[in-house]
Amino acid sequence: MDWRDFYIYHLGKVNESVRSWLSAHAAGWTAYVVPAILGAILLLVFLLPSQLMVVWIERRLIARFQIRRGPNRVGPWGLLQSIVDAIKLLSKEAIMPRYADKWPYLAAPVVGFIPAILVYAVIPFGPDLAFADLNIGLLYLVAIGSYSVISVFMAGWASSNKYALISAMRSVAVLVSYEIPNVLALVGVILLAGSLSLTDIVRAQSSGSFTWFITVQPLAFLIFFITASAEVNRTPVDLIEAEQEIVAGHHTEYSGMKFGLFYVAEYTSILAACAVMSTLFFGGWHGIPWLERYIPPWIWFIAKIYIFFAVFIWTRATLPRLRIDQLMAFAWKFLIPLSLLNILVTAVEVLLIDNTTLAPAVWMTLLAVVNYALAALLIVAWSRAFRMPRRRSADIPEVRRLGALPAETPSY
Amino acid sequence: MLGQFGYVGILLIVAILFPLGAIVTSWLLGKIRIRPAAPDPVKEDVYECGVPTEGPTWVQFNFRYYYLALLFVIFDIETVFLFPWAVAFRKLAVFGLVEMIVFIAILVVGLVYAWKQDALEWR
Repeated sequence: MDWRDFYIYHLGKVNESVRSWLSAHAAGWTAYVVPAILGAILLLVFLLPSQLMVVWIERRLIARFQIRRGPNRVGPWGLLQSIVDAIKLLSKEAIMPRYADKWPYLAAPVVGFIPAILVYAVIPFGPDLAFADLNIGLLYLVAIGSYSVISVFMAGWASSNKYALISAMRSVAVLVSYEIPNVLALVGVILLAGSLSLTDIVRAQSSGSFTWFITVQPLAFLIFFITASAEVNRTPVDLIEAEQEIVAGHHTEYSGMKFGLFYVAEYTSILAACAVMSTLFFGGWHGIPWLERYIPPWIWFIAKIYIFFAVFIWTRATLPRLRIDQLMAFAWKFLIPLSLLNILVTAVEVLLIDNTTLAPAVWMTLLAVVNYALAALLIVAWSRAFRMPRRRSADIPEVRRLGALPAETPSY
Repeated sequence: MLGQFGYVGILLIVAILFPLGAIVTSWLLGKIRIRPAAPDPVKEDVYECGVPTEGPTWVQFNFRYYYLALLFVIFDIETVFLFPWAVAFRKLAVFGLVEMIVFIAILVVGLVYAWKQDALEWR
């Protein structure tokens, strides 16, 4: 008996069995509703422990990067720290500022949480383990993903706090600017896969036809990684809650469970971004071919999510935060033109694939080499050609006149 | 396929109930006096680094944000057009490629114009 016949290898088969049993033995509507509720529970079983683990991993890893110890008192290696934090948040006093706009203030954490969960509806954890296999999955993902900005703006506006309001304005500007290269980077993947369904995109990356899309879409992956980290507020590009400038951004005035919900929603969407990256560029549930026999697809997928999360922590620990003018210029002058070029190059390549007589393996290797070279060339050339003027303090007229550095011009 | 959208609806209900449940739990803890509730004027003040609040919060804001919103609308419509084009690209072949090059070229002209007008600078 093969290990692959068991339910634990193909979790999606549980759903099928439940559905067929219910349609034979119970009322018609239960066969529709019960598998969905089971799926939602399964999703929460993955998400909630992941929340706790991910917060712990981030605090430990960041501590190691900064040569500290990190949380190590509660439980073995501080593993229970996140649980204790959750209990603390639940039992903390709820303080609402006097001048706050009450209903938007209370609704913002809930509104922010909904898209963070809804994004997971279309992500395929295994061959038939997507909660809902929509044929417009990628469009749904983009649409739902951009809802989080509403919650950030509601929170920032309703708090009646100046820092929070600056954060709200910044969040709209940054998320709106990074939305465009984010979506444009996906078009290359759609061109290669020829479908918007995430399950089809992963199937297109199986070793039979194409390999993983990272081999032929390096530029798109790089752009998507940067823009995704802007969309989920990771540190090199997290001007929304730049703590040195605007305290805690939009959740300055939140305490207790309402702050906790913002926190959970943020980490949920980071995990979602990791999941989308591994689905689109790193073969989703596919693993190393000779190990796929022993390790179930959903474990491969979750492992990829955690690896990407570690990369996000790594970038956070390594890179300094950008200034807002640099950040906006980077989106509009660098990422958008490069992602448009990437679309055109990929379109030409797809046409060539359809009309070639070369063997697929040879052809894909050729394309991979060409694409990596092109990506490196474009990045270097574009940043050389459109470099931001380097302003030394001696070049600023006021500095020369006064003989001192002027106060930083406000650029919120 | 419509059935799959129904699943999304069920997940939406779960996604609404979960945060509401968390807030209600916290509220109930307040009811049974596990969570403290001791409001006082200083505590309810807006946080401004420890000094009393100065002036109104909801004031006029930098005009830059309006430019960005305009640019965003234009480019977002472009991306909406690109998605169905990318799905149907293999059928459209060379015709689709030429058409898209023309379409992107028009938008790039707009981007270059915005760039030349300094609409992309942040001051």
